[in-house]
Amino acid sequence: MFTAFLIKYAEIGIKGKNRYLFEDALVHQIKFALKKCEGRFLIHKSQGRIYVDAQGEFDYDETIKRLQKVFGISGICPVVYVEDEGFEKLCDRVIRYITDVYPDRNKTFKVHSRRARKDYPKESMEINADIGEAILNACPEMSVDVHDPQILLNIEIREKIYIYSEIIPGPGGMPVGTGGKAMLLLSGGIDSPVAGYMIAKRGVKIDAVYFHAPPYTSERAKQKVVDLARVVSAYAGPVWLHVINFTDIQLYIYEKCPHEELTIIMRRYMMRIAEHIAKETGCLGLITGESIGQVASQTMNSLIATNEVCELPVYRPLIGFDKNEIVSVSQKIDAFETSIQPYEDCCTIFVARHPVTKPNVNVIRRHERNLEERIDELVQTALNTRELIVVE
Amino acid sequence: MEVYLDNSATTRAFPEVAELMTRIMCEDYGNPSSLHMKGVQAEQYLRYAKETFARLLKVNEKEIFFTSGGTESDNMALIGCARANDRRGNHLITTQVEHPAVLNTMRYLESRGYRVTYLPVNSQGCISLGDLQRAMTPGTILVSIMHTNNEIGTLQPIAEAGMLIRRMNPNTLFHVDAVQGFGKAKIFPKKAGIDLLSASGHKIHGPKGVGLLYIGDKVKIQPILHGGGQQMNLRSGTDNVSGIAGFAKAAELLYAHYEDDMKRLYQCKRYFMEGVRRLEGVKINGLLPEAPDGAGTAPHIVSVSISGVRSEVLLHALEEDGIYVSAGSACAARKPQPSVTLKAIGVERELLDSTIRFSFSVYTTKEELDYTLQAMYDKIPMLRKYTRRR
Repeated sequence: MFTAFLIKYAEIGIKGKNRYLFEDALVHQIKFALKKCEGRFLIHKSQGRIYVDAQGEFDYDETIKRLQKVFGISGICPVVYVEDEGFEKLCDRVIRYITDVYPDRNKTFKVHSRRARKDYPKESMEINADIGEAILNACPEMSVDVHDPQILLNIEIREKIYIYSEIIPGPGGMPVGTGGKAMLLLSGGIDSPVAGYMIAKRGVKIDAVYFHAPPYTSERAKQKVVDLARVVSAYAGPVWLHVINFTDIQLYIYEKCPHEELTIIMRRYMMRIAEHIAKETGCLGLITGESIGQVASQTMNSLIATNEVCELPVYRPLIGFDKNEIVSVSQKIDAFETSIQPYEDCCTIFVARHPVTKPNVNVIRRHERNLEERIDELVQTALNTRELIVVE
Repeated sequence: MEVYLDNSATTRAFPEVAELMTRIMCEDYGNPSSLHMKGVQAEQYLRYAKETFARLLKVNEKEIFFTSGGTESDNMALIGCARANDRRGNHLITTQVEHPAVLNTMRYLESRGYRVTYLPVNSQGCISLGDLQRAMTPGTILVSIMHTNNEIGTLQPIAEAGMLIRRMNPNTLFHVDAVQGFGKAKIFPKKAGIDLLSASGHKIHGPKGVGLLYIGDKVKIQPILHGGGQQMNLRSGTDNVSGIAGFAKAAELLYAHYEDDMKRLYQCKRYFMEGVRRLEGVKINGLLPEAPDGAGTAPHIVSVSISGVRSEVLLHALEEDGIYVSAGSACAARKPQPSVTLKAIGVERELLDSTIRFSFSVYTTKEELDYTLQAMYDKIPMLRKYTRRR
């Protein structure tokens, strides 16, 4: 019965002269989200609102599900369009709407009409009163409550007449693309896709880098990361995933540096490489899934060591999250099942039994000097041979 | 160079098989249950397949039933017989080293009130007939023993077990899971006292999704699938004509060169084991102490434990050179828990995760084995250098 959706947005509304930029970005993201959805859709802005009109047959549930992944949307209102065939007909149509949408009619309601077309013969107050009366006559179980109604029935008089009352919550946030672009370090674990999701929510476009270590990590581990990038792309739009072959760098560090510092030094090189690609591709920051104290390389001391190699800001949206909080977001965005597939990532293969938890930056720097001979060449090779996968 | 040494997981189909199946799918695509000519034509393929298997196994065609594969055959044998014979008792016997298709079906039956004895194995992976004899009771409905172990290639004493079961309790049924053994050993159910036998198409260069269950004519069994009543009401479902015909074709081709192929496979196995033994810190699993050359074990499986190298890492390192092998057993490889067979034969803890299975086929050549051995000589010392330090 619904043929259109009215898209409500929260934060964009408070923007000043840039508002149209945000609205355009939102329209763009909605178009992208509905591209893979069954049916054809016309998305248009009109009088400060965004409408999604379905052209012909479409899958209602799938459409809602996809719109719920578009950041910037605070609510989705399924709308019924009615031709203006006189007030009598309109009342009949509204009553039918009520009886269809609310089988249990024991509810309070309020009619809220807006007359965008000022030549309509009745004023909005009149419309409210007359439609309210018609509903009360048709459904005696219902009653009016103008302060806190259970059903807020919206009637908008435009070219056509729009009827809607339900608001399905959207994901909130800002339209992706309005906040620039950042490079996500995607590992294949639970945390990093969640971190990407959270930054994307603030309107940031996401690219990602994955460190692949064949033969220590398998092709399936890589496929898992591609799958996780796809989860992020459902929210953030197409993700450019850079796959770096990290094996030689890792083995070289293993050979030349103290074993307890392997993970820290490895992560420093990951950050350097990620930043290099980030700068090359116009990213304005790095994103990691780190959370204080989760593992040895994520203590505050370790974070000093991994942070100091980058100039770009490193965004760590999960920094104050507990694991179970991260898991619950991961489940919400459908990443969890993929994340827990048991393939090793390159951070765990050579991990020491007791890695340093309070690395001294000066000591780390000194040990990194053991790598001087070949490391630049290895990093350069890794950058040159990287594989780009566009995930959408 | 591509070297496929994971033939216990699955095999490349013979071209003749693919050709025949294409023809059936595109031209003779009728439903054997249809009354018209198209159906009759399709039925000919089924009849021919039954005749083929009856001839190869030396049984009656009426005793051959087609299924969707080894797993369904095992399920049908175990569940179907347990249900049909539960008035006679509720006890079943199997081994600790069966394929999950048998082990997990047994566990399911346990949850339905049956009692199951799991026979232990020695360090070669072999059961003892004494244990079997002691486990048998008057209420034992069925014994299920695999022919060839899928992880280490051990052959169980099937004929002896069959005789023992007959002697102890003529009512006890004997099921043999021959998914790995069929085509690699000549198995004649009637001579070996086997009442039910499972085999699978894709392990013998046939198609996936098709298997067979031999059911001796005196066996009391119930169907586990209900429907249109095909295959004498024991296995409903439209017959997988192309699959069945392809399976029969593969078996026929395999048996045509059986003697030569087996000789060559054993040569391969011996040659490969010699090469592997040149490495330090390796152990070949499942060999008989009196026959370190592999005699008395399956011709196509070599299971090697390599100390200090994680099997998954070696697997991917070999993959870089186009060599495909299996870590432990393919069916268990994607699960984190170590294999039941390796544990049951007492492989040391630190080697459980360091075991690679090589499995050969009629396509395997000496050059491929040389190439593989060379890759191992090159890679293993390097991989041992970079391991997780303790």
